Amino acid sequence: MLAVNFLLLGAVLFSIGVFGVIARRNAVMVLMSVELILNAVNLNLIAFALLHGNVDGQVFALYVIAVAAAEVGVGLGMVLLVYRNRRSISLDELSEMKG
Amino acid sequence: MIVAADNINVAQNVAFGIIAFLMVFSALCVVTTKNVVHAALWLVLVLAGVAAQYVLAAAEFVAVSQVLVYVGAVMVLFLFGIMLTRAQIGKERGLNNKSWALGIPVALMLGGLLSYVIIDEFDDTTMPDAGPTPTEAIADNVLAPYLVPFLAISFILLAAAIGSIVLARKD
Repeated sequence: MLAVNFLLLGAVLFSIGVFGVIARRNAVMVLMSVELILNAVNLNLIAFALLHGNVDGQVFALYVIAVAAAEVGVGLGMVLLVYRNRRSISLDELSEMKG
Repeated sequence: MIVAADNINVAQNVAFGIIAFLMVFSALCVVTTKNVVHAALWLVLVLAGVAAQYVLAAAEFVAVSQVLVYVGAVMVLFLFGIMLTRAQIGKERGLNNKSWALGIPVALMLGGLLSYVIIDEFDDTTMPDAGPTPTEAIADNVLAPYLVPFLAISFILLAAAIGSIVLARKD
């Protein structure tokens, strides 16, 4: 098994996630794209853990999974709050803080 | 370069290729579909594929955690978020920004740059043939050298739980 396989898969998933974050307007869809990005990073961590033969990368991947779960919880709470106040979750309507 | 090497485990590579193709296709569907619920279901496929790749990379404990946390909990949370913030189920207009096409060159350039660097550095590095990782090794790492980040993670989870309750509760 070549190291390039895993790393290229991670790079492709990361790029797709970045495209989703840029292109999507719906806040829930942006959160899904962020999950894609975090999973790409986790894939790289696991690949390097296998490549170097120690488990530090796996421990880091577990921590990233935990932080991602917390991030989704808080993010969806904020999305619900925005929806309740404005009846819409379009991100381009949230421009009050633009200078 | 990508698939050609001697002394390689053919079955492992074939499995990797099939799962990787499925994952990339599903990820493209996640960012292009017009239906939010379908996007969530495609995301399930991507996350399950990531778990399968972890098994192929001899990281069973992380794979099980991935299934438990992502496929089990995070997806339910996403579906709840979709149901609570949208009236209609089905195709929806205005899911994309007006300038969404700008994302294509950005993503292509980013992917090209990352792929160039990766291929340049790891052109024919082969993975060592590793057996399953004993969970004891992960536990030894979490509870000795990475204990402080572990405690920090538990505080983050506590703060996130309390914070989302405070944010989402109706007064």
